[in-house]
Amino acid sequence: MNAIAQWFRQLYQTTGINLPIFYDPFDRARFLHGLAVTIELSVICIVASIVIGIVGAWLQGSRLVWTRRFVQGYIQVFRNTPPLVQLYFFYFGLSALLPLMKTQFGTTAPLIGGFTWVCISLSFFAGAFNVEIFRSGIEAVPNATHEAAEALGYTRLKAYIFIILPLAFRVCLPALNNNLVNLIKTTTLAYAVAVPELLYVSAQIWSDDNNVPEMMVVLLIVYVGLVGILVWGMHRLEHTMRLPGYTRI
Amino acid sequence: MKRWSNIPQLFAGALVALGLLAATQAKADELATIKRRGTLIVGVKADYPPFGFRSTSGQIVGIEPSLAADVAKSLGVKLELVPVVASNRMQFLQQGKIDLMIATMNDTPERARVVDIVHPDYYASGYNVMLPKAMNITSWKQLDGKPICGIQGSFYNKQAAEKFGIHVVAFTGTAEALTALKQGRCIGFIYDDTSIAADLLQPDWSSYDMPLETQDPQPWGLAVRKDEPKWAAYMSDMVKKWAKDGTILKLEDEYHMKHSKFAEDMHQKYSK
Repeated sequence: MNAIAQWFRQLYQTTGINLPIFYDPFDRARFLHGLAVTIELSVICIVASIVIGIVGAWLQGSRLVWTRRFVQGYIQVFRNTPPLVQLYFFYFGLSALLPLMKTQFGTTAPLIGGFTWVCISLSFFAGAFNVEIFRSGIEAVPNATHEAAEALGYTRLKAYIFIILPLAFRVCLPALNNNLVNLIKTTTLAYAVAVPELLYVSAQIWSDDNNVPEMMVVLLIVYVGLVGILVWGMHRLEHTMRLPGYTRI
Repeated sequence: MKRWSNIPQLFAGALVALGLLAATQAKADELATIKRRGTLIVGVKADYPPFGFRSTSGQIVGIEPSLAADVAKSLGVKLELVPVVASNRMQFLQQGKIDLMIATMNDTPERARVVDIVHPDYYASGYNVMLPKAMNITSWKQLDGKPICGIQGSFYNKQAAEKFGIHVVAFTGTAEALTALKQGRCIGFIYDDTSIAADLLQPDWSSYDMPLETQDPQPWGLAVRKDEPKWAAYMSDMVKKWAKDGTILKLEDEYHMKHSKFAEDMHQKYSK
């Protein structure tokens, strides 16, 4: 560890390329914390948005007209507004209407903090797209399969869970993959409500150390890495779930 | 050898040039010009309460206009205030539109090349924290581990975190940061002390104050045109007089500001 720090300090002195995240303990700590927050945000939002997508797509096929309308309304609201506007609306707008809680400092603070609002907002945002993505998968399952399940005595929910969804999931994986990649990149919006994720900490580091180009490069590489891991994982999933003769002709 | 023969001529030419320069210097005596004109023209801020702002009747008032008035009084001339902003204040001075500039300007070496910044500096600003009065915080150490709203990219965010353990919750702009403070997302607001002083004059923030000592103060200098040694010396004496008789401290009181450490130190230093 010391050798790495020494090397980067040397690099700064000889070439002027300043990467304090490798030799300054304070900068390193906050950068790693930012990375952890970004990963945490990404994982929570990915899981929550997939759940929203699966549940929403099922409710879309409901027999109750108001349930279908509700899901449609949700999709319209969250898909048609910019995520940053949603985040501001939740954080500054909606928060003011919610009850307050006591803090450890004897003051009152809003019930829901920045991190939670980002999770909620981005999950619903990506969830709205996921509902439509799952719908595309469900509609690709032939009607005959629905009827066969019904004939075997499956209820609508059981047929969805055991027959339709597993097939639909395979069909919509590429589209889902796209949306989740976008979701990881959208977590950078959290900087606007002071959630210390990667962009937030990097911006603070480059204004303290005046090393904008270096930090931009670092940021780019880290995001390429994070998204690369997700894409690799999704491709693996696609591969293992492949049904011979189903998705590929 | 022919080339070297015109050295005496060159030398004489240089002497003439120097003489001309001295003549122009002697001619441009700002102090005499002001007295002859009967008016002192001072560039001040009109958008920076409480240092220079418009009163409800539209007049420019504040700490710096009061200082300007004191200069006019000592010269026995009338005062004319010209509102300036950061981007044009040095040009106004260079072009002779104003005789003197008292406009919240940091004393930096780059600026000292363009205008003559009078020493000693008359004021200083640094970073400070706006806190609710109810919290009764008396030292920076008490802020250890507490969330304080701030602005992204401010140079003092790191210092505040490293030196006092403050957890800076940084937003993109002051409006967001102050809204977050209002909503209770943090317990204070870390910013430029003079800006906080201006916010505290608003009724919105009447339950807040700035109880701690300003950190990392950067000096402010008033400025005159270059090559006006007499006028600069006169203003230098004025600044020393203000420090000696506590003019700045009195003005801080008048505008409900806490005494700044810089003004107190200056008073100590010059009243001996």
